[in-house]
Amino acid sequence: MPDIKATPLGAGQDVGRSCILVTIGGKNIMLDCGMHMGYNDDRRFPDFSYITEGPLTDYLDCVIISHFHLDHCGALPFMTEMVGYNGPIYMTQPTKALCPVLLEDMRKVAVERKGETNFFTSGMIKDCMKKVITVSLHETVQVDSELEIKAYYAGHVLGAAMFHIRVGSQSLVYTGDYNMTPDRHLGAAWIDKCRPDLLISESTYATTIRDSKRCRERDFLKKVHDCVDRGGKVLIPVFALGRVQELCILLDTYWDRMNLKVPIYFTMGLAETANKYYRMFITWTNQKIRRTFVHRNMFDFKHIKPFDKSYMDNPGPMVVFATPGMLHAGLSLAVFKKWAPNASNMVIMPGYCVQGTVGHKILNGAKKVDFENRTSVEVNLAVEYMSFSAHADAKGIMQLIRHCEPKNVMLVHGENAKMDFLRQKIMQEFNINCYKPGNGETSIIPVSSNLDIEVSLPLLKHTISCASQTSLTASSSSKDTAASDETQPKKQKVPESKKQKVLHGVLIMKNNGVRIVGVNEAWSELGVASHQLRFTERIEVDEHGPVPALTSSLHTLLSQKLGASQVQAVSEYQLSVADSLFINIHDDEPGKTILLSWTHQDEALGSKLLDIIKSTYKKG
Amino acid sequence: MKLYCLSGHPNKPCNVVTFKSCTLMLDCGLDMSSVSHFLPLPLVVSQRLSNLSTWVPRDADSQLEGELRECMNRIFVDSPPEFVPPASGLVDFSEVDAILVSNYHSMLALPFITNGTGFKGVVIMTEPTLQIGRLFMEELVEYIERTPKARHAFRWKHYLRSLPAPLSEAKAPKTWQPAYSMKSINNALSHVQILAYNEKIDVCGALKVTAVSSGFCLGSCNWLICSDHEKIAYLSGSSTLTTHPRPIDQSSLKNADVLIMTALNHTPMFNPDSMLGEFCVAVAQTVRNGGNALVPCYPSGVVYDLFECLSNHLDNIGLSLIPMYFVSPRAENSLAYANIFSEWLSSSKQGKVYNLDDPFPHAHLTRHGRLKPFKSLHAEGFSSEYRQPCIVFCGHPSLRFGDAVHFIDMWGNNPQNAILFTEPEFDFVEALAPFQPLVMRPVYCPIDTSLDFTQARKLINELKPSKMVVPEVYLRPPVNAPHRTDLVLNLEETPLTFCECQLLSLGVHRRLESVSITPDLALSLNPSTIRPGLNTATITAALHIQDNKYVLKPLEDSDEEASKKLPRCYPYGNLNVDDLVQRLAQAGLTDARVEELPGVYIITLENEDVIIKISDASTHIISGNGQLREKLRDILLECLGSF
Repeated sequence: MPDIKATPLGAGQDVGRSCILVTIGGKNIMLDCGMHMGYNDDRRFPDFSYITEGPLTDYLDCVIISHFHLDHCGALPFMTEMVGYNGPIYMTQPTKALCPVLLEDMRKVAVERKGETNFFTSGMIKDCMKKVITVSLHETVQVDSELEIKAYYAGHVLGAAMFHIRVGSQSLVYTGDYNMTPDRHLGAAWIDKCRPDLLISESTYATTIRDSKRCRERDFLKKVHDCVDRGGKVLIPVFALGRVQELCILLDTYWDRMNLKVPIYFTMGLAETANKYYRMFITWTNQKIRRTFVHRNMFDFKHIKPFDKSYMDNPGPMVVFATPGMLHAGLSLAVFKKWAPNASNMVIMPGYCVQGTVGHKILNGAKKVDFENRTSVEVNLAVEYMSFSAHADAKGIMQLIRHCEPKNVMLVHGENAKMDFLRQKIMQEFNINCYKPGNGETSIIPVSSNLDIEVSLPLLKHTISCASQTSLTASSSSKDTAASDETQPKKQKVPESKKQKVLHGVLIMKNNGVRIVGVNEAWSELGVASHQLRFTERIEVDEHGPVPALTSSLHTLLSQKLGASQVQAVSEYQLSVADSLFINIHDDEPGKTILLSWTHQDEALGSKLLDIIKSTYKKG
Repeated sequence: MKLYCLSGHPNKPCNVVTFKSCTLMLDCGLDMSSVSHFLPLPLVVSQRLSNLSTWVPRDADSQLEGELRECMNRIFVDSPPEFVPPASGLVDFSEVDAILVSNYHSMLALPFITNGTGFKGVVIMTEPTLQIGRLFMEELVEYIERTPKARHAFRWKHYLRSLPAPLSEAKAPKTWQPAYSMKSINNALSHVQILAYNEKIDVCGALKVTAVSSGFCLGSCNWLICSDHEKIAYLSGSSTLTTHPRPIDQSSLKNADVLIMTALNHTPMFNPDSMLGEFCVAVAQTVRNGGNALVPCYPSGVVYDLFECLSNHLDNIGLSLIPMYFVSPRAENSLAYANIFSEWLSSSKQGKVYNLDDPFPHAHLTRHGRLKPFKSLHAEGFSSEYRQPCIVFCGHPSLRFGDAVHFIDMWGNNPQNAILFTEPEFDFVEALAPFQPLVMRPVYCPIDTSLDFTQARKLINELKPSKMVVPEVYLRPPVNAPHRTDLVLNLEETPLTFCECQLLSLGVHRRLESVSITPDLALSLNPSTIRPGLNTATITAALHIQDNKYVLKPLEDSDEEASKKLPRCYPYGNLNVDDLVQRLAQAGLTDARVEELPGVYIITLENEDVIIKISDASTHIISGNGQLREKLRDILLECLGSF
């Protein structure tokens, strides 16, 4: 059976540009097709030429996109329209709705603001999305006759899914990004005990054990509140979809409760569009929002107003949610440049920042940030990091592993050093292999799984009924023989249902089908005739009494050795054993001749009887 | 495999199938035909109804006084209405492993099955079926609970023979049950497990059930019940027309061993498309003449299409200003839910969400105030919003409870008003009987999108099941149109049929089961080739059974003893005598003498006291010298093929 192969083209020992190539049961599947936010050159897209020399469509059986974040879908139009791929692409319905919105936004930033050329066009995004097939949660989608995929709720953002991929008896689970704790607008990730051969898990927070969410939220609110009380301005860089909705719900309810008047703004356009989508995909949010949506939509905010660029120069305290989340471009960066020199201001990074971004630099304590156009900014404002990314922490990752019971784990989408730590922990706690290949590195995961074949129902029923019969006879005949007396206590310890049932039949491999049938059924199926071998042994003994006396003494002897139920007297000079072996006794003056006859099928019993008779009635 | 039919109403199906020691209930419909025998429940005390004269049969005792009332020569029961639950007694509901619900019309009897019966199974349905089915159940309960009756009449059931028709023909009224409560709805729905289309759900480890789209209403499905080797398809409430739900998935239903088909069209004489047209025209005509239009309806279903088509029609003829009211305790919920279940809708409706549009135009209509949902007539704002002429959509289609009762009383004496019957379930003459005399104009335009007989026949021809099973009534013309011999399910092969309280053996004989073999056992096998492409091996292994799954593993040491008794191999074919003699010689047995007799060869080894008799399919070794037997056995096995 072929092994499973997995090669990250991105997100191998790294965060960003998720793109993992797997081969399972002879099928080639691409898991996510993301871009790297930290690069502006070739490195931002996965190296598709690595995959195959020929066309991608011929090589790949399907592409699966886990959620709409650009580090998971950002390279999709590039791959499908510019490199060329016409095969199926699978994602959930919200992902299909939101993906093009984000792609278009990124395209605008790249082409219109940075002036890049040779970037994909709006038309390409549209054409790309036409190739998408949507999957519902838990629906089993048959990609072809052998490959099937099934989506599970991942919680990370609206529409995020984990995918279970199965070919024959081999299976793997790709988590994408997931969150094991429910938040204010999404539920927790969930998967059933599917026991995959391989679990490919993200590991963004491989070493973090986060304190309770309530503490984090309180902390966040306090920091924001303190800052605006002091008259400072708070910048919260966010991605338009996902965390911003979560934090908006949080701040909106807090402002309401505390009766605060300080303005909260969020950037127009994208976030507003996003809220509309959230309202339509209510079935993907958490229980509470779904229960109440008919009367109160949680995505209609009371205190949060649209932001205008000119507001950033307004005096006085304010809170601004601005995109993008890693301060690598756009409005959030513009606001940051303006507010960074003032020590009374604050920036709160609510999520992970990829290496190379301004966000990453200031989180690492940079006091001065240089920009491409040779300008630089002094960083005097307070920099706070609060993990509001909806990723599973170490505890959550372990919880998922415990829940789905994989035979192997592979870590992606995390930092190398942190992965090492988690990898050791997984191997120790679950006693399974854990892989963490780098980009372009292939892990080969050996799998051995059971073979599924057919068995004839009469044979199966016969096996089960025989097992219950023998356990009955074993206990009833226990008094008769010393031998079974010894085994008796053992047998009682084993409850009947746990007792092993011995199946004996013939396995037939024909036309790629494998089937087990009973021996009698097998002959006609195979089209050959049985050849019966019969053995008759002649044993001459020195017995002078009448024939019936010898018959009866043999009867007694064999009943003792084999159990009374096995031996039957047919006539004065004939016995049968187990209904299939025959013993005839002839008077052969002066002694007697015992004829023992059996077929090859009863070879074991026949030779045993022969030994018994010979050793008892040995001549002279 | 057996089928038990628990419902006499094919459109309110409730069947139980037993297969592979699993008991599955297919749908759980509530037959409401009984309510037509009851007086309507008015929202406020109705002079007219309380003035109806009471009626007592001649030989009855005085206790019957007040239970029955007469209206235009028809006798009605003056009591909260009662319903016909699925037949009990045929199946022990505590043994049911799972209830599969096809659509929200087929679940209203759930509390009668799941509550107080020891039911321990799961109820499986799609999410829209759960949410909208809950609305249907809650609406029903709220309608009945908000108009309580002091007295529950039951004695009339003992005097059935003394009553006039049609009440005397009521079927087993003693089994009828009053409506359940909110609490029992919650209790029943706590057993629900949600599934998606094409999701495989395991039942008892023995069967996999899958819901596939049936095209009939939001979240409606047909069912596949599969073991590894058998496939049963259950088709209930399906439509091949293009309306708002996701289209029917036909290919999954193909080539089933058994296809059970039920809940075909109520009103096969009426084409739903032309009825929809007539509906729009009749409503427009009514409001143009200054009359009001009353449309008794369920809180979800075709009503969404009515909103869409009617508003378009009114726009086209310049009547956009006529208000539409949707009055139901769950009106607002129904409108809201329809627009969040886009994944369950037709591709054109689904496509709208990608452009940030609501799938159903009723969202737009409510935002702009053309369609106004209200919980009831008494709800806040209704009286101030209420303008005439208007169009009112409200429950209940039976006209025995709900706001419709009030609207008929209010509008019934004006010939300009019209009442339009679109729900196909209730006969409109029957429905209107307790309101007579009535001058309001009745318009009958039943819209049932489910399969009619022609469509069903066409579908069956495409699905090619090995066996068909249908309700017996589908082989006879409808009761109300006995001459329409075209309205029967005319199939080339006579299907198996069932009727209420009947047990039917479906005659599915299982021959194969699936088993998995562990890799180490597979490697230990020693296959031999009988001929190219045909390999075989004798297998002796330990059978493990868990959760109805079978696994074969190598025998453990404790079982080795048992396996020794079993043959290791089976010889086959004919023995070549020359080959045998040659091999004997090689083993040093050179004194073999071969004798040929008719049909048999006899080889004698004089020195060893051995005779070997060889015929076509058997060989007999007779020896008096035990030492040589095993050697001879091995030589013989070498000469023969074996596996």
